[in-house]
Formats: sequence, structure tokens, C-alpha cells
Amino acid sequence: MKYMLIMRATDEAVEAYTEMPFEEVIAAMGRYNESMMKAGVLVAGEGLTDAAEGFVVDFSAEKPLITDGPYGETKELFNGFWIIEVSSREEAAEWASRAPLGPGAFLEVRRVTEMSDFPADNEWIQKEEGWREEQARRAAQ
Amino acid sequence: MARGAGAARRSVTMSAPTDAATARRAVAAVWRIESAKIVATVTRLVGDFGLAEDLAQEALVDALRQWPIDGVPRNGAAWLTSVARRKAIDGWRRRERLDERIAVIAHDLEREQDEAADALPWDPDAIDDDVLRLIFISCHPELSREAQVALTLRVVAGLSTEEIARAFLVPIATVQQRIVRAKKTLAAANVPFELPPRDEHAQRVGAVLGVLYLIFNEGHAASSGPDWMRPELSIEAIRLARVLVALMPRERDAHSLLALMELTAARFPARVDANGDPVLLADQDRSRWERSRIARGRAALAGADALGTGRGAYGLQAAIAECHAVAASVEETDWDRIVVLYEALSRIAPSPVVELNRAAAVAMATGPASALRIIDALVESGSLRGYHLLPATRGELLRRPGRDDEARSEFTTAAALAGNERERALLQAKAAGR
Repeated sequence: MKYMLIMRATDEAVEAYTEMPFEEVIAAMGRYNESMMKAGVLVAGEGLTDAAEGFVVDFSAEKPLITDGPYGETKELFNGFWIIEVSSREEAAEWASRAPLGPGAFLEVRRVTEMSDFPADNEWIQKEEGWREEQARRAAQ
Repeated sequence: MARGAGAARRSVTMSAPTDAATARRAVAAVWRIESAKIVATVTRLVGDFGLAEDLAQEALVDALRQWPIDGVPRNGAAWLTSVARRKAIDGWRRRERLDERIAVIAHDLEREQDEAADALPWDPDAIDDDVLRLIFISCHPELSREAQVALTLRVVAGLSTEEIARAFLVPIATVQQRIVRAKKTLAAANVPFELPPRDEHAQRVGAVLGVLYLIFNEGHAASSGPDWMRPELSIEAIRLARVLVALMPRERDAHSLLALMELTAARFPARVDANGDPVLLADQDRSRWERSRIARGRAALAGADALGTGRGAYGLQAAIAECHAVAASVEETDWDRIVVLYEALSRIAPSPVVELNRAAAVAMATGPASALRIIDALVESGSLRGYHLLPATRGELLRRPGRDDEARSEFTTAAALAGNERERALLQAKAAGR
């Protein structure tokens, strides 16, 4: 099963982090990533740039509205994620708790859905099937 | 990769006692992550792989007893390694009157033990090679395939004896026996805890990859039992292949095998229907194929190719799997390319099964007539006598140009040879002309 470790941090934590020696932070994170690679569990991971560069698409209105930050009431911003493939929830928890993070940082750990989480007669899957058959018919013509 | 907000050191205090089941699962999680490093470290310490494995297992038993009471330690790996070391020292203490040399080692170790209570229990620069040594010793050619598989899963992957027994549908005692016997064999043959010498390297890597592929295949085409697939076992093999690639990044075939496994596993969600019956490649719902696995498989194959040493048997099979993975349907599959890949495969790893697969690909690429010639050569050679898929394939090829009577007779032969109930029923139906 796969889990996504979603990193969130308070503004204060992000600020504290920018004051830390860059090399040290990079080295600690590099060691963490390497340990997961060498254990064969890391399947994906990315870090996000400064939230100020980002923007928000808001679907509250009829037409999606694009606004630059800040992000309203959001207190903890996402700033990166990992996806790991492990054998249990506990293993995911063990890896998550090894992340070199400090006070104000949080890892939200969520299981990634698999095909088996969806019923085989799911409407979307049936639609997809119909579409595929149509494609195949066209290809055969 | 993600970057953190502050790299504060973690404290070493114990967390509050939790409920027993949670603590036991936490032990298992730490063990899965660290068992290889723990056993490798203890082996280096005591100079005896079999003894080290025993000591590590004893430490694990202690953890299962103690963590539910005392809480889960902050650094579980250090805890387990330290307990295993302590047990080694105790063992030596009992024998120290017999041998003064051992007494000196024990004293040294005891001092180190006190100094290193919270430090990383192994040298980060040396541990990778130690884990590799462990992988190589678990897949040592002195051992039977069954023993290699059992040792690799228990020692390298950190599975329990019960889990291995369940995966292979054998009694727990059988797995225990295999492991005990394997350790005895290694001791009797005086197998050193070392990386293989240069002249044996390729062959020993081949043995390791063979063990991983066997574990993978057992998971996706189970040789026995009610379930046709046991994907957890295949996923475990993929994890081990990733470990191997990380530890030996210059090893082409490790990348290739990882690619083959990822690309094959991508099809798992479509390989059985709602009743658990197998679905053939041609009938699979390709929208259920796992896209991220295909991407990782292709990346691994690109990694193998980037080493610039051509393709071996795993690489060619991965490339064939890749052709299927990127095709929207059977019709849109690049069968010409698959034929070329099978030709290359039959040159470097000739086998009648490869020939049979090549014939099936040729039938798709250029039609049944040329495919029949390959099949007839196979029949003549007699190498696949008794293998139901030979007459079954021949039957399919005869049916297409309308040689129905001959086709039916092939299906009848195939049905009589088929071991699987469901397959037999299918072939009987074809024999009856349905």
C-alpha cells in the first residue's frame, strides 16, 4: 500500500527554517530521502517553492476564480510531499516520524487509493470502458 | 524532494505505554525497516551470520515482549541492535573461562556498548556494503532455491516465519526448518560474510536477481493454492529490487529486473475479474493498469539503457512489457517490435517457452502461417511435450484460416493436459467448437 506524507508548516516554522544553515537542512533532508530510497520504499517526492509564488483557484462561485496568495484563513501551508510504498500503516508512521522536521511542522499521512478501493461497477470505470471499446472499434475500421 | 522546517534532534525518551497490539505492530514496522541492517551489523560483530541471525531474532522476541509494557523506544533500531549485542556479550561471558581471547573481545564490546547507547547503531559509510553482503549470503549458491527465498524474505525483507509460510502455503515448521538448515549449510561450507570476488560477481548477482524474480512470480502466478495472485509478495520483491538498485546503481540487470517487475505489476489490477478468475492480456481493462507503476518501470528501463551495455534477458522482457504497457489496445500494439525483441531474447536466452511466445507475437504481426512454422518446429523438437499451451496455441493458429477439425483436436489435447480447472473448461469449450 502507498501512503502520501504531506508536509505542512506554520508560518513561524517556515520562517525559522529559512534562518537555519541551508547546507545543514539540505544534508538532513538528503539523508532522510536516501534512507527511504535505500529501503526501497520511496516512489515519489517533490518539494514546493515559496507559497508567495503560488496562486489559488476558488470554485465557490459559478466561474472558478483565480487569486494570488495569501490563502485566506489557511494557517499551515503545504510545502512538499513524499509517496512511499510500505507494508503497513505502522511502517508509514515509522518513516514519517523519522523526517528531519522541527516544531511547527506537521506530516499528514494519507493512504493513496488503489483500484481495489473502487467497485468494479463504478460508473466512471464503466464510462471509461465504453470509451475504450469505441476507440477500439474505430481503430479496427 | 521536500525540504523541512527545522531539523531538530529527536529526543530519546520513551513514549507512554500504548496498547499491546499497537506496540506489536510498531515492533514489526521497525523490524521490516531495520532487520537487514541489524543482522548485518551483528554479523560483523560476532563474525558468524547464523549466530547473528539467532541473536537478532531473540532481540526481536524481547522487543515484542517489552515494548507493549515500556512503550516504543524513540530509536527502535538502536534498541534492537543493542539488545542483540548484549546477548552476544552474555554468551561470550559464559564461555570466557574457556577462552581468554573471547574475554578480551567481550570487555571491549561492553565498553563500546556503554559509549554507544544512543548513537546510530551502525557506521553509515559501511552499512550499505554490509547489507549487500547479507543479500549475497542469503542467496548463496550453496543453498537450495527454497532456502535462498526463505532466508532473503526473513533476513533481508524482515518478514516473519509465519508470513513466509502463509505466502508460500507451507507449514510454519517447514519454513523454520529451511532457515535452520540454510544456516547450517552456510556454516558447514565456511561461507564468509563478504562481497563476492570479482570473477564470481556477475554470477552471484544473477543468483540474487533470480531469487527476487522467483518471489515476484510466486506472487503474481501462484504455483499453488486457491488464490491466483498474492500481490503482497510481488510488491515485496519490487521493494527488494529497489534496494538492490540503490545499493548497486551500476548493475544493469538490477535496473532491468526492477523495470520488468514494475511493468508487470502495473497490470495486476486488471488481471483478475470480480470473481477472482484470471483475465488474459487481450481481455484486460487497460484503464485499470497502474499508470504510476508503468512510469516507474519505464524510468527503470531507461536507467538500465543509460548504462550503455545493451540489454540482457530481463531488459528485453521489460521492453516487451513496455510495448504492451504503452499500447491502448491489442490492435494498436507494436507487434513488429515485440517480434524483434523476442528474436533477440531467443538469441541470448533460448528456451522453448520464449519460442512459443515469439510464435504468438509473429501471429499478431504477420499472421498465423509463419507462426505455425515456429510452432511445428517446437512440436518436432519435443521440448514442450506435456505443456498444454503448445497445443492450445497451435489450435488458435489453425482455427484462424478455418482448419477447424485440426484445431478442435489440438484443443482436446490441450484440455487433457491443463492443470487448472478454469483453463481446462475453457479449452474443452473450444474443442467442442463453441
